[in-house]
Amino acid sequence: MEIVCLGLSHHTAPVEVRERFAVPDHAVATSAVELTRQPGVVEALIVSTCNRVEYYAAAEKSDDAYDALSRFIAARAGDPTADAFFFHASPRSVQHLFRVVSGLDSMVLGETEILGQMKKAYQAAHAAGATGRHLNKLFQRAFNVAKEVRTNTNITRGSVSVGSVAVELAERIFGRLAECHVMILGAGETSELTAGALQARGVKAIFVANRTYDRAAELAAKMGGRAIHFDEWAADFHEVDILIGSTASPHPVVTVEKLAPLMRSRQDRPLFCIDLAVPRDFEAAVNDLEGVYLYDIDSLQQIADRSMAVRQQEVIVCEQLIERHVVEFGQWLAAGPRPPGTFRPQTEGAK
Amino acid sequence: MDRLFLVASTFCFLLGFACSMHALGARVYRRSRLNLFAIAGGFGFQTAFLYLRGEVIGRCPLTNLFEVFIFLAWAMVLFYLLIGPAYRLSLLGVFTSPLVFVLQSAALLVPGLDKSVPAKIVVNAWMELHAAVSILAYGAFALAGIAGVMYLLQERQLKTHHLRSIFFHLPPIHDLAVANRRLILTGFLLLTVGIAAGFAVGGLASHLVKITWSVGVWALYGFILVAENLHRLSPRRGAWLSVVALAVVLSTLWGIRFIDQGTV
Repeated sequence: MEIVCLGLSHHTAPVEVRERFAVPDHAVATSAVELTRQPGVVEALIVSTCNRVEYYAAAEKSDDAYDALSRFIAARAGDPTADAFFFHASPRSVQHLFRVVSGLDSMVLGETEILGQMKKAYQAAHAAGATGRHLNKLFQRAFNVAKEVRTNTNITRGSVSVGSVAVELAERIFGRLAECHVMILGAGETSELTAGALQARGVKAIFVANRTYDRAAELAAKMGGRAIHFDEWAADFHEVDILIGSTASPHPVVTVEKLAPLMRSRQDRPLFCIDLAVPRDFEAAVNDLEGVYLYDIDSLQQIADRSMAVRQQEVIVCEQLIERHVVEFGQWLAAGPRPPGTFRPQTEGAK
Repeated sequence: MDRLFLVASTFCFLLGFACSMHALGARVYRRSRLNLFAIAGGFGFQTAFLYLRGEVIGRCPLTNLFEVFIFLAWAMVLFYLLIGPAYRLSLLGVFTSPLVFVLQSAALLVPGLDKSVPAKIVVNAWMELHAAVSILAYGAFALAGIAGVMYLLQERQLKTHHLRSIFFHLPPIHDLAVANRRLILTGFLLLTVGIAAGFAVGGLASHLVKITWSVGVWALYGFILVAENLHRLSPRRGAWLSVVALAVVLSTLWGIRFIDQGTV
């Protein structure tokens, strides 16, 4: 039996091509069942996310499976033989799947969302009866591989975007963010994204101060926060734990002179300052104040870059780990179906 | 027989320390359960030692410097086991194990520390209370010092933006500040009881050096507490002071016992 994979991803196709071939959620399972009725395809599974559309199939011959999958896709969305598509037969198809579930093929290296998406796709196909012995075994193995990769390597370590670095730092300072108050100075897009990331972690309240009050009110309404007049931000400061600056001011808005007396009213609570503005909103010397931790856009980006570098260094370790599982799965596949009544002990990787 | 328990306990803490160092040095950090088991095992052996020793001498085993070291180490581990899970300070074990290991190794290896004491001497309940509660207080202060070290490590990384591997495994800095403050408060209250019990024993003139020292330590920690509560001392300075105070206590304990030849 062969495992094949025909698909496209963000590596091979731009978004306008990916969206043309995307399979809607409600059609994923029925399409997979339909695929199994094509000559040459025994089992099938379809994964369709914003970054990839992939058809997996178990077949006696990979050429027949390729023809069947191509015909199936062509009938629905157009010619799949264009450059945007890739085709893998075993063992490369198996290796590809293991890399995908482990986040090695993702746009953000090491991200874990893909694992959930693959599990969902598998559950849909399995529930519809489109998968059988081979794809069941393959995907269960794939999920184990993803877990092993995550546990035994640093591929998911650290945060790799400015927003997520800010959230991680906030959690290293305050622990749970449920009691934290956030203040945004300057209602820009970047500050909105960062505050959104913090809000997703359950911060208690968000204040928005902007030179144009209407814009502050608009963003505050969107985020479920409270708008305040820009000149009055210091009045609400005693409650604030995380201060985000992203104004268009040519001079620092938050200076040592202004912040030092305000810090005295905070009763030793730390203050996390996130400066997303260029020119910067915070005077650099603010970081020297007791209990103040200032990160500008460059320092956040550097941390994200370092985390990404760590992840990239881990790729080779992940590939080695995956290769071992590919070989083991290949052996299982080559052994073929077991005669009834025989017993074969589990290999280590199949546990 | 009791020393065998102590040797076993010391090896447990060495194992716990080695596990923690291995986990921290490994390419991928994984929280080691073995460390917790080693510390719990070490604590069990410590408790067995103290129980047996107490049975033999017929009183709280705090009759010489050897026993003081072991009791202090036991108190530190007790506080670690009590507050570690509450504050998710699993890494506290990484820092506690080596200190306990050093204390117990010193107790075992330095000759003449374990001087035999007269069996079944007259037991004074105030004296027992004074000694036991005071050492428990020092155990809490030791843990506060360790939490202080962790705070300073985390604080430095946050300030300089150089986040090393350990940064991702240390507890949040705010939690460390709270743990540090509460441990100091716990130790201070225990020491207050210990000193009060010491005054109740009487015979103050013969232990003047030790009394002065104890009151000095009490005043030092009292100052940290008051200054922190009045917000005159930042968490960072509080952490520094708790580390310095611990160093002072540990480095002078020996000398004070030497000068003050009487039992605790």
